[in-house]
Amino acid sequence: MSEFIGKAIRDAFPDAVRETSEIDGVLNVKLDPGALLGVCELVRSKPELAFDYLADITAIDWRDRIEVVYRMTNLATNARIVLRVDLDHAKPEVGSVTSVWKGAEWQEREVYDLMGVVFREHPDLRRILLPEDWEGYPLRKDYVIPD
Amino acid sequence: MSSRIKTELVEVNMGPQHPSTHGVLRLQVTLDGEIVVDARPDVGYLHRGIEKLAELRTYIQFIPITDRLDYLSSMLQNAAYIGAVEKLGQIEVPERAEFIRVIMMEFQRIASHLVFYGAMGLDLGATTPFLYGMREREDILDLFEMTCGARLTYNYFRPGGVARDLPDGFIEKAKAYIKKQRARLPEYDDLLTGNQIFIVRTRGVGVISAEDAIDYSMSGPSLRGSGVAYDVRRADPYSVYDRLDWNVATQPDGDTLSRYLVRMQEIRESLNIVEQALDMIPPGELACKTPQRLKLPEGEVYHHIESTRGDLGVYLISDGTDKPYRLKWRAPSFINLGALSQMAKGWKVADLVAILGSLDIVLGEVDR
Repeated sequence: MSEFIGKAIRDAFPDAVRETSEIDGVLNVKLDPGALLGVCELVRSKPELAFDYLADITAIDWRDRIEVVYRMTNLATNARIVLRVDLDHAKPEVGSVTSVWKGAEWQEREVYDLMGVVFREHPDLRRILLPEDWEGYPLRKDYVIPD
Repeated sequence: MSSRIKTELVEVNMGPQHPSTHGVLRLQVTLDGEIVVDARPDVGYLHRGIEKLAELRTYIQFIPITDRLDYLSSMLQNAAYIGAVEKLGQIEVPERAEFIRVIMMEFQRIASHLVFYGAMGLDLGATTPFLYGMREREDILDLFEMTCGARLTYNYFRPGGVARDLPDGFIEKAKAYIKKQRARLPEYDDLLTGNQIFIVRTRGVGVISAEDAIDYSMSGPSLRGSGVAYDVRRADPYSVYDRLDWNVATQPDGDTLSRYLVRMQEIRESLNIVEQALDMIPPGELACKTPQRLKLPEGEVYHHIESTRGDLGVYLISDGTDKPYRLKWRAPSFINLGALSQMAKGWKVADLVAILGSLDIVLGEVDR
């Protein structure tokens, strides 16, 4: 299955895939951030893939870059896939996938709130867990915890 | 002469201190008379930053913090976290511990659904169901207390097993409880499920289609109430669930009543699971030996379980030290609540309370 998914993405977006790996039996695809939205539309709408359930969006601060991780499942076949993008640590920005899955709206807000990733074209990008006037992004590694 | 009466939209705050929001949740509601035009949840009042706390604590120190997320299902919170640690550390779990875990997890699901049963009644103006639900839940909390000393925050799971063995008399007491609960479920149904007022208040109210529910990443009974048979215990089996005989409860209609009925069915299914597991517990070790100062190899793992409220995921990244480099808690309550706005539109204020109740959120988990 992993091979089939990987090939479908490569065929449609030949230059978008930076690397692939398998973690715990699930295909992980590192993408060019510019191609993320297109690939998401593909894996959601292509009938053989149909990743209809966006299980999780999260981000990791690797100190030199911020990685955003998208985890999807096809609820009919239980096939799973993980898409990943590396973003500039100084200015982490990527296109929003809210047009593909409505469930992305709150999850992207959470990533923005806690990690400071800006999701372009998000309909309502505001802090969600922290107060509106909070300063900084607590899950960043260089965040200084206030007394 | 126009027959239309000029009306004006009104903004109303429900919460954060409101008896029907099940905790500190604020809803900003736009009303046209009594009709909900929009209901926007405002969350975060209980945010404690547990993902950051995890990075500052050792793997073992973090276990009791998980108890404080979905505090109606603490056993399941323990299970999700410990499952991720074990997967990344490739820690084997003795079979006896796995069966004890399943018993605790399913008892916990029942206990939480009993609170739901009571709260759902309260939300719609019926007081007695709450007393019934709490009365039976007490028996489960007694079983938990005799096992691990705590009634709510158990801290019972350990990497490689559980903290203590089942105490003497547990199995007899558990079987007696199952018998009693089964006998009382028809009473529950007489009181609420078949109650004409309850049915009128819930049937056809707050409908969400299967497509929309999936689109909003909903999971758990709130998704299965829309006819989608997605249950992590079946879809991505863990522990010993694949050796037990049980059904995934679903209802086709996607309304408030369906979500209620799924949970009532799940109480019965969980009773069946516990009953089988009680007879299947093998003798043997309770936990494998793990170092006091547990270090996990570099790498990452995603482990998810079917919590009371749905697909509970723990994404754990280790840099080889004794503390997580990053821990992400995929909280089903938080994500399910994201669909409330769409579900509540066009219904009356009183229905909003019923719809919110049918999502069965726990704010400790929503806000983390």
